[in-house]
Amino acid sequence: MITTSDLTKTYDKTVVVDNVSVSLPDAGVTSVIGANGAGKSTLLSMISRILDADAGSVAVDGLDVFNAPSREIAKRLSILRQETHMTARITVREVVEFGRYPHSRGRLTEECVQKVDEAIAYCDLGEFEQRGIHELSGGQRQRAFIAMVLAQDTRYVLLDEPLNNLDMPHATGVMKLLRRLADDHGKSIVLVLHDINYASVYSDRIVAMKDGVITADGAPESVMNADTLERIYDMRFSVIDLDGDKIAAYFR
Amino acid sequence: MRRPSVLIGALSLLAIGAAALFLTWGVDGHWDFALPRRAQQVAALVVVGTAIAVSTVIFQTITRNRILTPSIMGFDALYVLLATSVVFFLGSATAAAIPPLTMFLIRAALLMVAATLLFRAVLGNGKRGLYTLVLVGVIAGTFFSSLTSFMFRVMDPNEYDALLSDLFASFNAIDTTLLGIATVLLAVGIGAAYWLGPQLDVLTLGRDRAVALGINYQRTLTKLLLVIALLVSVSTALVGPISFLGLLVANLAYQLTRTYRHAVNLTVAALLAVLALIAGQALLQHVLHFNGTLSAIINLVGGVYFILLLVKESKK
Ligand SMILES: Nc1ncnc2c1ncn2[C@@H]1O[C@H](COP(=O)(O)OP(=O)(O)OP(=O)(O)O)[C@@H](O)[C@H]1O
Ligand SMILES: [Mg+2]
Repeated sequence: MITTSDLTKTYDKTVVVDNVSVSLPDAGVTSVIGANGAGKSTLLSMISRILDADAGSVAVDGLDVFNAPSREIAKRLSILRQETHMTARITVREVVEFGRYPHSRGRLTEECVQKVDEAIAYCDLGEFEQRGIHELSGGQRQRAFIAMVLAQDTRYVLLDEPLNNLDMPHATGVMKLLRRLADDHGKSIVLVLHDINYASVYSDRIVAMKDGVITADGAPESVMNADTLERIYDMRFSVIDLDGDKIAAYFR
Repeated sequence: MRRPSVLIGALSLLAIGAAALFLTWGVDGHWDFALPRRAQQVAALVVVGTAIAVSTVIFQTITRNRILTPSIMGFDALYVLLATSVVFFLGSATAAAIPPLTMFLIRAALLMVAATLLFRAVLGNGKRGLYTLVLVGVIAGTFFSSLTSFMFRVMDPNEYDALLSDLFASFNAIDTTLLGIATVLLAVGIGAAYWLGPQLDVLTLGRDRAVALGINYQRTLTKLLLVIALLVSVSTALVGPISFLGLLVANLAYQLTRTYRHAVNLTVAALLAVLALIAGQALLQHVLHFNGTLSAIINLVGGVYFILLLVKESKK
């Protein structure tokens, strides 16, 4: 379980994550939604110790992420950041191989090679394997970084807007893959999504953030209603039932 | 990717060839006189080239750019300042009583402590922009040199003379008394650099991704800065500051290897540096009989290259 207690981040007196205490489960798909600037990335960055907290703590399976050995955390928790810019000259396969670093420290074992192959296949990257990461389209690069996180093969997988830049087939492909990782491999997937309908269809739980605090938290059926969504996003929604899934429309 | 082993093999052969040329060119029978002297020079050039190349590649990885070098950021100016301060505060009589070897170790230790503390603060969480760093480097370098020359002014002329000849070694007046200890320290530094190679590889991805992959960023940064300071001490003690050699060989190495792997890049950059120094010195000293111009030429070529890189970067 991941537990945050009173997690807080402040930039120049603006509180962007405000005393957040939340528990994320051992398994399943949890989507984090909310408007731009709500504090989603900041929360995920603190949970994954990439960003220091100003107050509060985070525990992953009881390990304090800010003080436990970084490598121990890296074996349990991986993160895909929102930012996928990269200047280094590295091939797609090498990027994915870096995902094995916490386990192998640079010396790939047979198991590593197998996990890397698997991740590349999952993300449909076979034909780009040997290409430089800087020679890919935005969506292809996004998939390469998702593959890197998958190769890390951690119990907790945090993904900040993994569907960025992806076309519909690949977006749906990634969501199906994440669902399968949760169901078949017992992983806990926590992902930030702007497409609330993917959140509705694929997650076990939706956590909504607004101005640095969690304003709604529950199963998709309880969050996916016009009232709640309107409070989260300050705009009009209509929610319809489509073959048992709640689908929100917000185009007008 | 090209085969790194082929590249490393070819460069090694070239370096050995250059060394053979340097040792034997125009000796005219005075072998017992010339050979030991020249062998010492070659050894010193190997040590200096390797130290500069390795420290530069490491520094460029932790600052994630290909323009800055320890020298441009003021590491060797800091070495000179610290060395001067020791004499300044102890007084020349006390300082003169310290054996050169001990003195060198004191200076190296001081640089390792001072540079590591300073640059840990300057680099922060690894997100400072290139131009901030360039600016800090220029200011730091100028500040260290001004402080040094201030101390020189205040010192009495005898102290000053002794210190000057001691401090400003050059390619033509290589300080060979320190060669043994410098070689030992170089071995330690290189060992540490290769040992930290996989962590350096991960740092290529940037601070955040490295942390996500389990690197303890602050601790790794400290270790790497210590290695850099150790290597800068070695090269500065032997031949004095050379600003732009590291820049040239590191960039040439990246062009040739086209990989992020430090085991390869460190080796190729070191071989290039050694080759450039030995071949350059052989040509200047034995063929053209121009003495004392090697660092001037390196700085001229490297300086022009530095400006080209800056211009290219600013167009991005
Ligand atoms: N380094 C920083 N300095 C100052 N303010 C920052 C910094 N990083 C983020 N912020 C501010 O913190 C707030 C939360 O940012 P965060 O990136 O967590 O939002 P988000 O919910 O991920 O938004 P998005 O959907 O746009 O990705 C924003 O108002 C942002 O402007
Ligand atoms: Mg975000």
